[in-house]
Amino acid sequence: MAAIILRVNGRARQLDVDPGTPLLWILRDVLNLTGTKYGCGIAQCGACTVHLDGVAVRSCVTPVGTVKARAVTTIEGLSPDASHPVQRAWIAESVPQCGYCQPGQVMSAAALLSVHRSPSDAEIDEAMSGNLCRCGTYDRIRRAIHRAAGQEG
Amino acid sequence: MTTTARIERREFLKLGAIAGSGLLLGVQVPWGKASPAAASAPAFQPNVFLRIAPDDVVTIWCARSDMGQGVRTALPMIVADELDADWSQVRVEQADAHPSSYGRMMTVGSSSVRNGAWMPLRRAGAAAREMLVAAAAARWGVNASECVTAAGRVSHQASGRSLRYGQVAAAASALPVPASPTLKDPSRFRLIGTRARVLDSPAKVTGQAIYGADVRVPGMLFATVVHPPRFGDRVRSFDAARARGIPGVSHVVQVSQGVAVAAKTTWSALQGARALDITWQDGGFALSSAGIFRSFAELAQREGVEAQKRGDAPAALAGAGADRRIEAVYEAPYLAHATMEPMNCTADVRADRCEIWAPTQNPQGTQSAAARITGLPVDSVTVHVTFLGCGWGRRSRTDFVEDAVETSKAVGAPVQLLWTREEDMQHDYYRPAVHHRLSGAVDANGHLTALHARVVAQPFASQSGVDGPAVAGLAEHDYAIPHVLVEYCRPDLPVPVGYWRSVGPSQNTFILESFVDELAHLAGRDPVEFRRELLTASPRLLHVLDVAAVRSGWGTAAPPGRARGVALVRDKGGLVAQVAEVSLERDRVRVHKVTCAADCGRIIHPGIVEGQITGSIVAGLAAALHGEITIENGRVSQSNFLDYPLLRMREMPVVEVHLVPSEEEPGGVGEPAVPPIAPAVANALFALTGTRIRRLPIRLDAESSTRNRSG
Repeated sequence: MAAIILRVNGRARQLDVDPGTPLLWILRDVLNLTGTKYGCGIAQCGACTVHLDGVAVRSCVTPVGTVKARAVTTIEGLSPDASHPVQRAWIAESVPQCGYCQPGQVMSAAALLSVHRSPSDAEIDEAMSGNLCRCGTYDRIRRAIHRAAGQEG
Repeated sequence: MTTTARIERREFLKLGAIAGSGLLLGVQVPWGKASPAAASAPAFQPNVFLRIAPDDVVTIWCARSDMGQGVRTALPMIVADELDADWSQVRVEQADAHPSSYGRMMTVGSSSVRNGAWMPLRRAGAAAREMLVAAAAARWGVNASECVTAAGRVSHQASGRSLRYGQVAAAASALPVPASPTLKDPSRFRLIGTRARVLDSPAKVTGQAIYGADVRVPGMLFATVVHPPRFGDRVRSFDAARARGIPGVSHVVQVSQGVAVAAKTTWSALQGARALDITWQDGGFALSSAGIFRSFAELAQREGVEAQKRGDAPAALAGAGADRRIEAVYEAPYLAHATMEPMNCTADVRADRCEIWAPTQNPQGTQSAAARITGLPVDSVTVHVTFLGCGWGRRSRTDFVEDAVETSKAVGAPVQLLWTREEDMQHDYYRPAVHHRLSGAVDANGHLTALHARVVAQPFASQSGVDGPAVAGLAEHDYAIPHVLVEYCRPDLPVPVGYWRSVGPSQNTFILESFVDELAHLAGRDPVEFRRELLTASPRLLHVLDVAAVRSGWGTAAPPGRARGVALVRDKGGLVAQVAEVSLERDRVRVHKVTCAADCGRIIHPGIVEGQITGSIVAGLAAALHGEITIENGRVSQSNFLDYPLLRMREMPVVEVHLVPSEEEPGGVGEPAVPPIAPAVANALFALTGTRIRRLPIRLDAESSTRNRSG
């Protein structure tokens, strides 16, 4: 166990945890931020995607001790009220079916749009193919990303 | 809330005024029979509650589980349309389990809207509307027939007066429930058939939607479980010393199905589980997939139980010339459900009560399983249904519930028990592996005259005789073939099998539609034309076939390097035809485009239906291209998405969905588009390469496919 300070969604959180614990379980079980999901535990499905300093990472394989000073953003911190352009586009395109993977999809899409203002289909496929959706919402995800790209940030 | 039950008529139960006044109605939806207890329960208990509160909020309780198929929007839409509610004021609440109040709550078989819910929900909305109108008319001293309703208001046009529903809900609740409320003419639907706002989307894109594993109960421990790696094995003994040494681990307990570890966090529990040293009692099952399929092939040598018989197929086949007859063996593997949310359940077992939060398709089964384990009466077991991270039939089982209830009971604290992805994949109720022997014949004019199928598949549901789900899609189909014989052969294996999205047709339609394609080519006929003449008695299915053919450009040249294949199905009230356009990219199958025509009867929400159909195609494609669970020495070889890949975005074809307008009763939409995609792709590959795919998943190598002589 070790004292760790984590910056999550703009708040500093002081924790006494094993630094080898994946960030996912700290978020879910210690900080009760359950929007970030467990799907595979081996970075194959993307359900656990969060941002570290704006970059999408798989929190299930990110030891909390390696986060250090980087700002952690989870789906709860993306916007307080579903007002982020990606979230608005997701609602407008009715993307979610079961919805379990969607926080991870939204976080991956938001990270993509922060570096590619207007990604092509190929760029979307490249950035989003690490996020599985068992319901098969991929075409709406693509449409929603294009819609979000067309909106004012 | 006082609920003074006054039974007004067969379907309605007015529950009286609610605190603060308002209108609360129940409606009986005949969703099949519930548990045996329901038979002795009062006959007119409600199963969908509708509440109109003084603040105008209309709340509709949903007794069906939402695993992405959209019932928490579609069912309220039906009520709200007849009610003339303001959709922005409509809320949905998830109903807790009840043995009888809601009828059968099991959410399977694409049955939530069809199977009778449609009309009772309409009548519930219409009855409430008439009561609100009557209350307003009485207040104004006018005739109810002079009043109109729209967007949550009653208006008297002649005098220009208007009241919000919330203002008359209390008065309405004192009125009798109309015996035969007038339903809208469908031309006056305002919500049904529209792309109304999907109620749960905001919660699902903000992380606020609570799935099973998101439940947090004060004092709760996080747990996981280790099940025997081999089917049929049991725990003989275990050493928990190392597991207990993991920081945070508080309990290690044996449960019926394995050993559970409870801890302060899931991560501690997972590490504790890894540190367990368990000795398994050998159950004696050591078969591998190759041996299983060999045993199936042996079974298929013998006659099975007759599942369908028309004419004399063996005689017709024997009488057909060798050049007009084909025999073929088709196989499909076991499949895991691989729901995105692994199995989990939260249970709080106390001395006198038990509370459960579960992502379940089977709330009543969950309730009775917990009652059995705890020894508590069913009415002391509360089951809250959370959001479900996919269902696909997997969550109709209660094994994961039992793990959680037993663990909570053993440790004396609320427990959330989560299976790892690996446990989930290796302890599923798999879609059965199948081996089918088929023979078919065409006559000199190129007409299909005889079909004989021998189906080898573990039973889904039955102990003896024909297993209905195992032959579904083969024993009954729309093709007018003069001579048909379908037999069922029953293997006895300890591999757990269960319902997998679309069930029997998910493999049987691959087999039937591929084999019909073989026969079309044997007859030298166009596959669409060959099917058309077999469907003259099924005009709706014929129409979707025609729509799919026209919209896909069937009969015109495919783009260079590509070919098209067609397949169709009638399944769970939905009629679906698909044309797949494929190519090969370095020996890998590339599906470029899928044109899908569907007649699902009257459509409540076209956006949800299109999503279900597209998602079904993705489900079927993942199975066709990748899905394979193999068994080695009695245990499942695959464990995660590395060796059991799902479809990824880069593999997503363009999907065109053409919904055929229909005023027929609503049909199923969550499953019927799954079965045709595998044969449509396989048939396209035959058109492209001359190689006939007779085994799933599709592999273009000599072992798993057969060069067709006529190709």
